[in-house]
Amino acid sequence: MIQVERVSKRYGPKTAVNNISFEVDRGEIVGFLGPNGAGKTTTMRILTGFLPPTSGTAKVGGFDVVENPIEVKRRIGYLPEAPPLYPEMEVADYLRFVAGIKGIPKKDIPRRIDSVLERTASADVRDTIVGKLSKGYRQRVGLAQALIHDPEVLVLDEPTSGLDPKQIIEARGLIRSLAGDHTIILSTHILPEVSSTCSRVIIIDEGRIEASDTPENLTAQLQGPHSILLDVEGPESAVQARLESEPGVRQVSRESARGDRVVWRVEVGKDGAIPRRVADVVVTSGWGLYSMQPVGLSLEDIFLQLTSDEQEPGRGDDAPAAEEAAAVEEEAQDA
Amino acid sequence: MRNIWTLAMREFKVYFTSPIAYIVLAAFAVIFGHFFTTSLAFFLHYSASVAAQGGGMGAPSLNVHQIVIEPSLGNLGIVLVFLMPMITMRLFAEEKRSGTIELLLTSPLQDYHIIAGKWVGALLLYACLLAIVAANFSVLFVYTTPDWKPVPVWLLGLLLMGGSMIAIGTFISTLTKNQIVAGVLTFFSLLMLWLLNWFSSYETSTFSRLCEYLAISAHFEQFNKGVIELKDLVYHLSAISLGLFLAKRSLEALRWKA
Ligand SMILES: Nc1ncnc2c1ncn2[C@@H]1O[C@H](COP(=O)(O)OP(=O)(O)O)[C@@H](O)[C@H]1O
Ligand SMILES: [Mg+2]
Repeated sequence: MIQVERVSKRYGPKTAVNNISFEVDRGEIVGFLGPNGAGKTTTMRILTGFLPPTSGTAKVGGFDVVENPIEVKRRIGYLPEAPPLYPEMEVADYLRFVAGIKGIPKKDIPRRIDSVLERTASADVRDTIVGKLSKGYRQRVGLAQALIHDPEVLVLDEPTSGLDPKQIIEARGLIRSLAGDHTIILSTHILPEVSSTCSRVIIIDEGRIEASDTPENLTAQLQGPHSILLDVEGPESAVQARLESEPGVRQVSRESARGDRVVWRVEVGKDGAIPRRVADVVVTSGWGLYSMQPVGLSLEDIFLQLTSDEQEPGRGDDAPAAEEAAAVEEEAQDA
Repeated sequence: MRNIWTLAMREFKVYFTSPIAYIVLAAFAVIFGHFFTTSLAFFLHYSASVAAQGGGMGAPSLNVHQIVIEPSLGNLGIVLVFLMPMITMRLFAEEKRSGTIELLLTSPLQDYHIIAGKWVGALLLYACLLAIVAANFSVLFVYTTPDWKPVPVWLLGLLLMGGSMIAIGTFISTLTKNQIVAGVLTFFSLLMLWLLNWFSSYETSTFSRLCEYLAISAHFEQFNKGVIELKDLVYHLSAISLGLFLAKRSLEALRWKA
């Protein structure tokens, strides 16, 4: 459905997207995951025909975004980072306008409006002035706008940013419900988003693709030794020595202690039977086992692992400053 | 065509959901009404005194065109120099500020649909101003029987002059996110174009001839007299095309840069 081949985008000297290639098949939900400034929005703008790539080619439904932008745009519904709403219009009027410019035949427009309002659960704001909508409804109307021409591909840029937790859950449910009929690309810098909605994750950082796989595979692929947290009552040195002597256990370290009880972090190999053996050892030695908790690598860890630069520990602090500077620059350019 | 109309109708309706349309219409009605009633009062006073003198042989025949209509229409342009920026400033600046430009540029539209839609939308509001002019002039029927043959010429002239100004304003509005900046720049551009032929009044150098040719005010005079001249048609059609062409270029540049 979507083919991106060696696409780069430069803004003056700044490379926002650097030689990325990927494909998205019909019906997939793909999540772009990356920190702010990674190039997610830029990639989406290229796909939607808003920005031409500096080099490389991108195709949607077989049509090149530069050579055949109109055909591409007919096939894409796009929800930009800030929903493109006209505050002075009523919701239904706004959707009628969007339907018009998307080229929907006049006679189908009322039916399409009803359908997207229902789909996005926004029928109750049909006659509300867009400027008066709550944040959650603005996002839904933004999504309704993207769906109005029943596009094959949906491109959603940070569809849950700025929503409260309840709205986020609703929005995710909504996106999942759209999955069957549409190919969806969404971007986010929040991890739970991708694991809860996407069938595939493309991790992007500083304009490059760092990894691309299902959330499960990414976790498995990166899973180094897993750990178990054990809360044990018993003589400290004896417990530690006994656990360390158990085959399959790589390392035992003290996590925290309270009185006689110590929480141990036990690093183990991939053998699924080890946790059970470790529990047996503790119990048969006559010590008290209060709790046992396996700790897997979360996507969050993977993400950090994939996108952190070893050489620059302070980077996390620098990035927002750089971004701000870029924003200021952009303002200056426009003035 | 349908795309242009959809865009234009939204543009036109939006004027009436904000104070802009009402401010522009009210200001225009007051200022134009003032010019009109002043010349009408003069006309009535003058014709009354001529009638009092028994319409003697030496008295010039009174011409409602020369005394009322021409001066009113002649002043209309300068009123537009002030009001047109208010009509055009938001066309693109607002879309750029709010990000809705992204909706337009990712919809299956050609750039010229977007630009023509904006231009036509503004022209529709301008047509409302012309309706005020028509309403004022209809009063003349009460007093005289004016010759209405030049009406289509006036209308054409006014539409072309307004169309040129709107095209310039449309282009300027693509240059910035800031409506006020767009409005002020448009005002100064229109004022320059309007006043250019003042430089030419005393000289006959090439420069002054050029100024005279470029002055927008100089290209309504013949229409006002009820005459269509090719050079005036060419001027306005070129101004409209140039303004819209530059707007298209600016939109493309926005894409490459944005
Ligand atoms: N119009 C622009 N002009 C210059 N630089 C830009 C522009 N838009 C984005 N950038 C830069 O390109 C990089 C990628 O931005 P973006 O695609 O918005 O990232 P993301 O959406 O992942 O946060 C950032 O460093 C940003 O500062
Ligand atoms: Mg972004």
